[in-house]
Amino acid sequence: MNGTEPRKHTISVLVENKFGVLSRVAGLFSARGYNIESLSVGETLDPTVSRMTLVVGGDEFVIEQVMKQLHKLIDVIKVNDLTDESHVERELMLIRVNAEPQHREEILRTADIFRAKVVDVTQVSFVLEATGDEGKLEGLVELLRPMGIQEIVRTGKVAISRGSKTRVRKAEPAKRPRVSDDPRVVGFAD
Amino acid sequence: MEEHVKLPGARIVLECIKREGVDIIFGLPGGAVLPIYDALYDFEGLRHILVRQEAAAGHAAEGYARATGKVGVCLVTSGPACTNLVTALQDAMMDSIPIVAFTGQVPTHLIGNDAFQEADNVGITRSATKHNFLVKDGKDLGPIIREAFHIAITGRPGPVHVDLPKDILVKEAELIWPEKVTMRSYNPNYEGHAGQIKRAAKAMLRAKKPVLYVGGGVISSNAHAELRELAELTQIPVTTTLMGLGAFPSEHPLSLEMLGMHGTYYANMAVHHSDVLVAVGARFDDRVTGRVDAFAPHAEIIHIDIDPSSISKNIKVDVPIVGDCRRVLRALVEAVREETNAGSDGQEARRPWHAQIAEWRKTQPLRYEWSDDVIKPQYVIQEISNATRGEAMIVTGVGQHQMWAAQYYKFTHPRAWFTSGGLGTMGYGLPAAMGVQAAHPGRQVINIDGDGSFAMNSQELATCFVEKLPVKTVIINNSGHGMVRQWQRIIFKERYCAIDLPGIPDWVKLAEAYGCVGLRVTKPSEVVPAIEKMLSTPAPVILDVCVDKDECVFPMVPAGGANTDMILAPPTREVRDRAEKSQTGF
Repeated sequence: MNGTEPRKHTISVLVENKFGVLSRVAGLFSARGYNIESLSVGETLDPTVSRMTLVVGGDEFVIEQVMKQLHKLIDVIKVNDLTDESHVERELMLIRVNAEPQHREEILRTADIFRAKVVDVTQVSFVLEATGDEGKLEGLVELLRPMGIQEIVRTGKVAISRGSKTRVRKAEPAKRPRVSDDPRVVGFAD
Repeated sequence: MEEHVKLPGARIVLECIKREGVDIIFGLPGGAVLPIYDALYDFEGLRHILVRQEAAAGHAAEGYARATGKVGVCLVTSGPACTNLVTALQDAMMDSIPIVAFTGQVPTHLIGNDAFQEADNVGITRSATKHNFLVKDGKDLGPIIREAFHIAITGRPGPVHVDLPKDILVKEAELIWPEKVTMRSYNPNYEGHAGQIKRAAKAMLRAKKPVLYVGGGVISSNAHAELRELAELTQIPVTTTLMGLGAFPSEHPLSLEMLGMHGTYYANMAVHHSDVLVAVGARFDDRVTGRVDAFAPHAEIIHIDIDPSSISKNIKVDVPIVGDCRRVLRALVEAVREETNAGSDGQEARRPWHAQIAEWRKTQPLRYEWSDDVIKPQYVIQEISNATRGEAMIVTGVGQHQMWAAQYYKFTHPRAWFTSGGLGTMGYGLPAAMGVQAAHPGRQVINIDGDGSFAMNSQELATCFVEKLPVKTVIINNSGHGMVRQWQRIIFKERYCAIDLPGIPDWVKLAEAYGCVGLRVTKPSEVVPAIEKMLSTPAPVILDVCVDKDECVFPMVPAGGANTDMILAPPTREVRDRAEKSQTGF
């Protein structure tokens, strides 16, 4: 089938916070040959529910199948493609960069411009912590590259839709027992 | 509903299975599930059928499920038993058969320790099931088993696996049995979209060359009566997939029989030239479509399916309708009636189409060359069909015999045809037939099998004998892996490799060794008397029919070819060259 040009989609998935869910989602991608660029998982306001944020590349038909296949998983509550709706995306990046005396000033200035924090300092290196969308983080990496980047660690994207949608559900105290009280649920690390 | 009754976990499992309305389970005991077998010792109301290999328990549960419309249940132990079962789970997954499989697991404190007969059961079955569970607390047994049965039979049916650690089976726990299953993450959609149904009705009436393409979904949703009503009302011809055989009577004037790789010439031609194709409970499998860009290229495609992910997966659909086949077809019949009252029924404009189909039917019927000396396999199927008047429960293995059975048996009813369609599991026949026979003790159950396929689960003859399941097996014996031979002959230039099964074992002696009756025929004139003798024998029978080993299944669409590239007769050099060009792999 002829789809549109492949592009990156940010897909937000609400899942039951049960063991094995992460592997169901990851298994789906490997079994069907979809290309997953990043995946991040965290608990939501309701501790029995987790949110996964997936970045997936593909044309319109691939993404449609990805959405349907995700929805078909029994533990998936809701699947939402945020790509074409108003939303905010952020990623956290830690960078350890060479910091020779002649470069230290410039690195700090650059970090300042990107509102990155210095979280570790040695005689010869800095570790910077930066948050932002993909474009901003790529920009920072490009500027630091000439100094010599030793290592980069990124969290993968998280995303949230803007506006009223996020206010529909009011924050309320958790009525359900905590996840850790439920012997069936051992979290994703299990 | 909480009953505040404390029972050992094993007892809870049996109690829950019984409450789900199951009367037969297929299983094989072992260390980790011994507590369940101990509870079974004096448990009333469940028949346990002891199989000889775990995959057979799974296939028998599949046969039972398909024959009854209920959930089939199997029970095996941990480790190797679970890994043996995986084939049956995947088989049920691909053919959407509702089964619940229980496996034993090592005690919870040993999980992950590489304990004896331990395997990561749920990890292994995850992709082979619709859903699976590992029970970690006795009080969850009831709710989990309830959910397992609910998931298996609702929406698009499929296999569900429940893994039971031994300590959970031993410890006492409260029996919790929720009256109703509610799951926030699982709510299949049954009602089709009214607007889409109206669009579909209009398209069907407007069509000049419409075809109904019907799959196993019509059988699992019990929609055969609605299908027939719609077809007769609109006079639209019906072709079925391998899994859909029996959803529409083979000898109905509107029946085109099976389509696809080994479908009839007229079914494939009709689909190819159609202007509206109505897919009902079918999934555009590659064995049906052939080359997708050449499949029904002129048709507006309407697709009715319970599974949204089936829609526009392989072929772009113009009118998708997500819902239960039965409900959607019922609504479609009403919508067609309304539209017909409002205007023309379009029958006049379709006359040339029916004439064209009749022409295709006349010029290229299903056919084979008769021989007085050697038995033609197609003839055997025809005679089985005649002898049973299309009323038997027909089960098959996988291979040439399966395709001949699909082509030449005249199906009259749904839920009377059992075959491994999606996964193509050789060895499916005998164990599935046991499940069908156990569900319907009074019915004639015939397993049409191949000598290669039957050998993969022939140990189940012991189960048939001991459990008094008088399954009749007809081995279409061509002394080899016939379908592989056919491919090597037509596509791989007759470089025959690893296909010979030269007359071993002696099936008659094997039948006798298992306490069953063995018969053999080698001449065409012996076929009918042997079938009659087989059908009148009250015990399990093997009828070994030595057939022409050079016979091929035709029509045949080479893999990767378009359905109009059908090979209709034994290949000449030119045909072989053409097949080679369009071949893109298996």
